Amino acid sequence: MTTDLSRRGFLAGGGTAAVTTFGFNLEAATAVAKELKIARTTQTHSVCPYCAVGCSVVIHTLGDKARNVKPAVVHIEGDPESPINRGTLCSKGASLKEFVNSDLRLTRPKYRAPGAADWKEISWEEAFEKMARRMKETRDAGFEEKDSQGRTVNRLANLAMIGGCTDTNEVNYLLGKFRFGLGVLGYENQARL
Amino acid sequence: MQTVAKLIDTSLCIGCKACEVACQEWNDQEFTLGTFGGTYQTMPQLEHNFWNLIKFNEFETDGQMSWLMMKYQCMHCQDAGCMKACPSPGAIVRLPNGTVDFNHDNCIGCGYCITGCPFDVPRLSPETKKVYKCTLCSDRTAVGLEPACIKTCPTNCLTFGTRTDLLRKAEDRAHELQADGLQHAGVYNPAGVGGTNVIYVLKDASAPESYGLPRDPTIPWTVSLWKGPVKVLGSMVFLGGILGTFFHYIRYGPKKEEEHADED
Amino acid sequence: MTNGWTDVANADVILVMGGNPAENHPVGFRFVMEAKRKRKAKIVCVDPRFTRTAAVSDCYVPIRSGTDIAFLGGIINYSLSKGLYQAEYVRQHTNASFLLHKDFGFDAGHFSGWDEAKKSYDKTTWQYELDGSGFAKVDPTLEHPQSVFQQMRKHYSRYTPEKVAEICGCTAEDFLKAAAIVCSASPEDKSGTILYALGWTQHSFAVQLIHTAAMVQLLMGNIGMPGGGVNAQRGHANIQGATDMGTWNNLPGYLKIPRANMQSLDDYLKANTPKPLRPNSMNYWGNTPKFMTSLLKAYYGEQATKENGFGYQWIPKAGETENYGWGYMYDNMLAGKIEGLISFGMNPVANGPNTKKMLAALSKLKWLIVAENFETETSAFWNAKKLAEKYYPASGDPSQIQTEVFLLPASCFAEKDGAFVNSSRWLQWKDAALDPPGDAKRDQEIIAQLFTRIRTLYQKEGGKGADQLLNMQWNYATPLSPSLTEVAREVNGRDLTTGKQLSGFGELKDDGTTICGNWIYSGSWTEAGNNMARRGQDDPTGLGLYPNYSWSWPANRRILYNRASADANGKPWDETRAPLRWANGRWSGDVPDYKGDAQPDKLGSFIMLPEGVAKFFTADLVEGPFPEHYEPVESPVENALHSNVSANPSAKIFHAEMDKLGTSKDFPYVGITYRLTEHFHYWTKNMQASSELQSNFFVEIPDGLAKEKSIRNGDQVRVSTARGNVEGPALVTKRFRGLKVGGKTVYQVGLPIHWGFVGHIKGPLINNLTASVYDPNSGTPEYKGFLVNLEKI
Repeated sequence: MTTDLSRRGFLAGGGTAAVTTFGFNLEAATAVAKELKIARTTQTHSVCPYCAVGCSVVIHTLGDKARNVKPAVVHIEGDPESPINRGTLCSKGASLKEFVNSDLRLTRPKYRAPGAADWKEISWEEAFEKMARRMKETRDAGFEEKDSQGRTVNRLANLAMIGGCTDTNEVNYLLGKFRFGLGVLGYENQARL
Repeated sequence: MQTVAKLIDTSLCIGCKACEVACQEWNDQEFTLGTFGGTYQTMPQLEHNFWNLIKFNEFETDGQMSWLMMKYQCMHCQDAGCMKACPSPGAIVRLPNGTVDFNHDNCIGCGYCITGCPFDVPRLSPETKKVYKCTLCSDRTAVGLEPACIKTCPTNCLTFGTRTDLLRKAEDRAHELQADGLQHAGVYNPAGVGGTNVIYVLKDASAPESYGLPRDPTIPWTVSLWKGPVKVLGSMVFLGGILGTFFHYIRYGPKKEEEHADED
Repeated sequence: MTNGWTDVANADVILVMGGNPAENHPVGFRFVMEAKRKRKAKIVCVDPRFTRTAAVSDCYVPIRSGTDIAFLGGIINYSLSKGLYQAEYVRQHTNASFLLHKDFGFDAGHFSGWDEAKKSYDKTTWQYELDGSGFAKVDPTLEHPQSVFQQMRKHYSRYTPEKVAEICGCTAEDFLKAAAIVCSASPEDKSGTILYALGWTQHSFAVQLIHTAAMVQLLMGNIGMPGGGVNAQRGHANIQGATDMGTWNNLPGYLKIPRANMQSLDDYLKANTPKPLRPNSMNYWGNTPKFMTSLLKAYYGEQATKENGFGYQWIPKAGETENYGWGYMYDNMLAGKIEGLISFGMNPVANGPNTKKMLAALSKLKWLIVAENFETETSAFWNAKKLAEKYYPASGDPSQIQTEVFLLPASCFAEKDGAFVNSSRWLQWKDAALDPPGDAKRDQEIIAQLFTRIRTLYQKEGGKGADQLLNMQWNYATPLSPSLTEVAREVNGRDLTTGKQLSGFGELKDDGTTICGNWIYSGSWTEAGNNMARRGQDDPTGLGLYPNYSWSWPANRRILYNRASADANGKPWDETRAPLRWANGRWSGDVPDYKGDAQPDKLGSFIMLPEGVAKFFTADLVEGPFPEHYEPVESPVENALHSNVSANPSAKIFHAEMDKLGTSKDFPYVGITYRLTEHFHYWTKNMQASSELQSNFFVEIPDGLAKEKSIRNGDQVRVSTARGNVEGPALVTKRFRGLKVGGKTVYQVGLPIHWGFVGHIKGPLINNLTASVYDPNSGTPEYKGFLVNLEKI
């Protein structure tokens, strides 16, 4: 979409902010300026999910958090308070809105039966029931309480887990409890890939 | 009111394309997919929905590689060819801060501004039949925010400020680069268009072409003529077709074979 | 990173090697440009390709992929032979003075202790000479022939500029130019940093390469200094945090997973608590019992008692020699030994080596659970034949693949709170801006639901190992969707006696009265609140440490090993760049990597190491105590130092049916894989903006090779290896040159990684080409430097 003509409007105020930011007056420039799309947004501090520079971002959502309002991300830009990025972002960070709002995002659980050629949608309830059952079957079949020398090992080698570099410390800590709760030793993340 | 400007210090550009995306995002442009062009450059040239392009140029001189990257967009000329060429009153306006902005309510899509621009910047949208280019994020600057490209630039290659300050800063930086051994470093602020509100510091100002900048841009004489005695006639609709041909000629010149630079 | 992004601005010399930060960490690179602009720092870029980093460097040297140890070994030799090293630093802060076992040596490609039959080393001769008290003997003059210093000098004397040029394919002049700049950081008042990434780690000798870099930095006196350090740029938002948290072969906080021979907690602690090797060594890992006991208390709560070893029996035990790393995991899966795989945000079909093997391994699973934001090649693996038949014609028809797959819609960064740890080790808290779309759930809820349900099944039905599963604490206020703030407080730890949050790991106890989910994060959420969310802008040292912005592990320290920034009397090497100052009986500035009130000469300056000093020489790695140049496993040339031992003798190579290796007869060129600035890994092929910036896969080809093959820019080409192939248009460039290696021209072919068979844009998976060849220490695949063929199609 090219620039929406309807956004063009007359802005009242704003001139004062202009002076303080740049040290020179931009007031008259407001005469033909478009309405600022982040004028009425809620701002949330977040951190870019891509590389490990750790740039802070400000997520602008429309909607005032009222009960009947579902917020929508209208813009994401760099957070000037971060000593790391000081408001700047790279091309990936500058387009994070596309990530959140992408049409390709998964929104429903899907299930692929053995031998099936397609996905089918499945309810969370059915998915959780099935997954818990599979995990138990696998663990009951593979759990080693003792090794061949009779030593207590309490390990599960026929179930493996992967991931972690895309999620927070706290989620990874929970995954650790999940893993050692099951006795899983085989666990890998993206650190070397 | 002071004229505002952008300073682009090419010695600090790393070709990260953050400015390309920030421009697209802020201005709600539709993203497109490109065909492979044999280069790292996003697309061959600016488009009606792509107002900010990093140009990539690579050279080898005496076994030394250089890979020049430079942000390219509307130069917001002090003496703007697009404004001179535009027949529709109020379609191209100069904001009090010096920004050359398009008001699409008044744009008639004639494309004359495209001809008038010595930097080949404005582009006609086949969809809306109106012409588009960088607005210097006039909606942001109006409320004291810097343009989106300036804000996102990670390396301080881009700065925003008054033209007077940035010209001084550009000269200082050019001298600094000269002292560091880049003897041809200099400022690009071409006089042919009265100076530009987008100012470059080039590592080699003796060869602006190597970055993809015209050496000595001027407004085509036909546009200057048009702004003079012919202007009165210009708004007369029946002349449109003739003028269209006239402008097409001065924009593209006589038809000629395309060059194949990369044959080997 | 030993230092951090903001600190790079303090450097006088920046060696960028094995990484391309201008493209892959552009915002971090702003500190490189700041150093260049404000300090007139010199940037040296050593890379097979002339990259966007090279474009702004002061010195660019092209080298053949996988020859970095030779290049850095040459710098060590240059430094030692020219006397361009910080002698006092080396004497005081490193193990240069330590005496080695009299039989230690190196001959024709092997260090002493090589067992040809077992293909491994006996490390007996890789130890220090000990005195009667068990401490290492030292010679402070560094002149003893068995001193680490003299042995190092001898080892690297073979790495002459001419030998470096012969191996790397650069000229000796270019090497010398780079070496002179790197060694210009050797005076006390100069600092140099090294920035690297997967260009160093994705080799079959990866950890040794990082070791070489650390040696260079120790010689220059750059470790612990602002503007110094060895800095891994890291490639994912929380790759550092995931590693810290043990989501690989570890428990949280780098505590080792027990082995089967450690049957009791005492056995474990005895085996994993190091003893000091010098009388003045603080040996901080000596506190391992406190870290481990507090973790066990966090895991097993009231079930963890002194009598039962705090529940130690429930932690699974690995076999003594078992390895659960990536290569082993997929080898075992292919062999049918793994029934189920759970993947949270990972895409092994795309990012694992030898895609065909990944696909075949997954098809042996009974079930696969994938929690993701987008469909991935992994969740769609069963459909690879339909989605990319060109590359996987032999992949099974879906009807033959019996794997049951669950694809769960998870939340993205903006939809959940919690902390990411960046490469600077800063834990940065983020808030949730909105709910996940549609029926998608937050990851913590998915995990909690699965965990709670399987526990319910065991409670109702019983089953093997039920006590292990049921004794793991999950007593959160909302157990089906734990609040991450509650989890973060548990990770920080608290005193069970007072109920108060711990202020740091110094308060941990080994008697079961403290809990702590990860000792290195203790201090992140104290009684003062969530330190990870801090926004303080102050920078009292002026060095860009920002002590009140977020929180840095360990102990909010911003520069690791900062005690080494001062001499034996505590006087900073460089008064203008002093992270620490010793005055009035205390250290001030950055959080000292030292005891806060200890006299400068009381303790060794590297408190985490049993030696108390940094190590040029270490017996910790499998292929040798000094790094040695070995060729990649697939190489176009023989090792110019010892052709009988060409590749790393300890490299881990898998030999499943699909794990073929090629030779230069069939595959004469060197392939390297890399990222582009336009994309992020295998994610942004789903995003419209990044897809616009670079929509198409391409193959980057040196113009000399293109001429030989009559390939023009844009022509379609096929790149193949013994494992598979990829096809795409050629990008012919002079930025990538043929290199003269051992009298012949070696061409390299560039292969960007970002495409796959699902997403907004599609293209070949680059790991069709790569081999199941791994670094033996870290388990990192050799993605840089493998043999390929190139054809025009």
